[in-house]
Amino acid sequence: MPEQITVTVNGTSIAVPLGATVAVAIVLAGAPCRKSVSGEPRGPLCGMGVCFECRAVVNGQSHCRSCQVVCQPGMEVKTDE
Amino acid sequence: MSKVARNQFDVLVIGGGPAGLAAAACSAECGLHVGLVDDNPGLGGQIWRSGCTQAPSEAVRWCERVSAAGAQIFCGTRVFHQSKPGVLLAEGPDDLFELSYRKLVLATGARERFLPFPGWTLPNVVGVGGLQALVKSGLPVAGMRVVVAGSGPLLLAVAAYLRQHGAEIPMICEQASWASLASFGVALLRQPKKVRQGFSLREQLSGIPFVPNCWPAAAKGEKILEEVVISQGTKTKTISCDYLACGFHLVPNSELAVLLGCQVQDDLVQVDDFQQTSIPGVFCAGEPTGIGGLELSLVEGQIAGFVAGGRSAAAQQLFAERKKLHKFARTLDRTFALRGELRNLPLPETIVCRCEDVTLSRIARHGSWRAAKLQTRCGMGPCQARVCGPATRFLFDWSPESVRPPVFPTRFENLSAMTVQPEMEHREVTGGRG
Amino acid sequence: MSATTYDVVIVGAGIVGAACAEQCVRHGMRVGVIDRDVIGGGATAAGMGHIVVMDDSEAQFALTRYSQQLWQQLRPDLPADVEYEQCGTIWVAGDEQEMEEVRRKQIYYRKRGVPTEALDPRALELLEPNLRKGMAGGLLVPEDGVLYPPCAARLILERAQVAGAKVHLGCSVSQIGKGRVRLADGKEFSAAIIVNAAGASASALTPGLTIKKRKGHLAITDRYPGLVRHQLVELGYLKSAHSSSGDSVAFNVQPRRTGQILIGSSRQYGAEHNEVDSHILVRMLQRAQEYMPQLAQMSTLRVWTGFRAATPDKLPLIGSWPGDTTLFLATGHEGLGITTSLATARLLVDQITGRESPIPVEPYLPSRASAEHAYA
Repeated sequence: MPEQITVTVNGTSIAVPLGATVAVAIVLAGAPCRKSVSGEPRGPLCGMGVCFECRAVVNGQSHCRSCQVVCQPGMEVKTDE
Repeated sequence: MSKVARNQFDVLVIGGGPAGLAAAACSAECGLHVGLVDDNPGLGGQIWRSGCTQAPSEAVRWCERVSAAGAQIFCGTRVFHQSKPGVLLAEGPDDLFELSYRKLVLATGARERFLPFPGWTLPNVVGVGGLQALVKSGLPVAGMRVVVAGSGPLLLAVAAYLRQHGAEIPMICEQASWASLASFGVALLRQPKKVRQGFSLREQLSGIPFVPNCWPAAAKGEKILEEVVISQGTKTKTISCDYLACGFHLVPNSELAVLLGCQVQDDLVQVDDFQQTSIPGVFCAGEPTGIGGLELSLVEGQIAGFVAGGRSAAAQQLFAERKKLHKFARTLDRTFALRGELRNLPLPETIVCRCEDVTLSRIARHGSWRAAKLQTRCGMGPCQARVCGPATRFLFDWSPESVRPPVFPTRFENLSAMTVQPEMEHREVTGGRG
Repeated sequence: MSATTYDVVIVGAGIVGAACAEQCVRHGMRVGVIDRDVIGGGATAAGMGHIVVMDDSEAQFALTRYSQQLWQQLRPDLPADVEYEQCGTIWVAGDEQEMEEVRRKQIYYRKRGVPTEALDPRALELLEPNLRKGMAGGLLVPEDGVLYPPCAARLILERAQVAGAKVHLGCSVSQIGKGRVRLADGKEFSAAIIVNAAGASASALTPGLTIKKRKGHLAITDRYPGLVRHQLVELGYLKSAHSSSGDSVAFNVQPRRTGQILIGSSRQYGAEHNEVDSHILVRMLQRAQEYMPQLAQMSTLRVWTGFRAATPDKLPLIGSWPGDTTLFLATGHEGLGITTSLATARLLVDQITGRESPIPVEPYLPSRASAEHAYA
């Protein structure tokens, strides 16, 4: 079993493998990454940082492309609710 | 205020996928001081993304060559503007970089083409390469049902990859016809390595229905994907699934080349035999010169790296192989050309611009990209039309607009900290120091 | 070659041309509107969409105030995509000298029935907590607003079309005058009246017309709702807008209904190409960051440029062009085109039909000439 670390997504602890991205943590938490302009739930699309659908708040910073952010232990992630 | 870090290089390579790694290794091994910049958290681009997993050994070897040759690597860093000819501005996690170069290699790769259809914005509808990237980044798919759809060689490669990771693939839907695929198969026979890959893929995919003339008509679900409706002309089939991996081949990431003033035609950066663009000293290798796959990217990257490193003879030794691989690349384009039925997939209420939630009916009212953009704000969102641009190009045959800085969304403090020369605004398209 | 005949042909389908088209058609004229590109593709597309009263001169105040009131009357008819918000303007004072200016403006506006509120530092901070600390205060003008100009221009032009106006887009005009409008492709229109509403390109069509292009830059961020509530403008903006030469920047920030923040402003003379001038952009962004440090971390999505149509005396040209009884002008609005478009159209139609206007029209007449500023 690869090493696991823990981040929180919307207050809930989520275990992810070391090297996993925040986008993966959000999907594992069962949350959409963001709400679109008209209120639709959205998740990652391109997986490579160009579509901006996976944006979430990471450690207080808005509009982070979560698929390009590697999880660090204790990271706090918030998605649009 | 941003910290400004200034670096000078003999050769600066933008993009750390196969083409960029090859260019960086070959030029650095010539004894030159080389910098390599990539937006992703690690090197390898898309095809060699490692994430939580082991990178393929070929990728590891190239990365080791780059490091061993002393190249300076900047991950999580993306270029957003040019300060003046010979200096690029890039944003990293904490820094603003001013990267000076004598020679520049653009190896910015490609991205997937997404086409809108009803339900495509549901969570768990992802790109084909997109889902692979997520799995490589730690997403578990064991026991999940994944429908793979769209077009291109990526469908098979990713389906095999997903299956290896325990996913159940009910169907692979390729929009190309049997006839197109058959002639692609014939072209593959001329490429022994690809034939071997093909046989290996066949084994890995045995038992999975691979269906040409077939495309997603709709994705359905309450708040998340639950099932996909597949269309084969008149027949439809509904498949329940956990993910839909859907992408329609690739489009080049040529925005930076356009910003710099390189000659670009039909979205492809024009290069000569030495991979040099219309701007002396600026090279381009890999997908932005034409979608051609891994081997071609490696060859073009090596050629660019050798030429930038002053070893033209070494570069010329690769011309024959490049020529062969170019032939393969051309068949790729023909084989996976998009069929007209795909233009009818989106309904009037289907969202086409995902950043600004603009529907097809609102966009279709207008006669040009410019009018649609001004009136609906499609293309004005953070993706800078990287998703809706190729889609509207296909749907309406609209031409894209010219590129302005920042060529990627940038932190305000980095834009305000740029050091720029007043004479920048009179940049010449031809000539200019590369 | 047969010509299409109208009572009025308007060259330019920006917000000014659109407003003129609607007023002309409402007065029973057969109207044709011609533009070389899309609706609102010039300064209308590039600008900030600020509906603002200004007091640089009595004439400027009269026109902006009249027009602002027309916008307020139009407001209930504006669809959602025009994004009209009466968010108000706050003129921000950085020091005591600028607070003097606040007090002067307050008196000026009070005399003329424009509601304002002087803000001390505490009041300013309550209204706009994200301005940097240490501001001297400001002036709130609550009746100012913002909108999204390309949709406003389209909406107004659609109203004109519903009432019978014809619109010809994608048609380059090569020559106008003496009742004829000739297109680059040779096609011709004839009209009793031609209106040059071509904005920054107006001089090309009317030789002798002294309109200079005054380039501006804008930047827009991703969505950060609630960070800015009013249009915020530094009092130094007036110096920037007022000067007749040189490059200048001023702090000018707008909250869009989307939650995006629109950042300006810059002014340059003599720049002819539309590429982003990075050195001016940097000055503009640094100025903005001085006033609003929070901007630093914001994702900035796009930067663009536009050309304002500038006249030597900073007032627009509305009315008959001397030497050609068929030619009228509705141009030269500099940074106030959106605000003053509606009043411009009214004044223009008043002159065409020989009616009195609610405000004096002499300051805007193309026939005005002085020792310093000749137009013809």
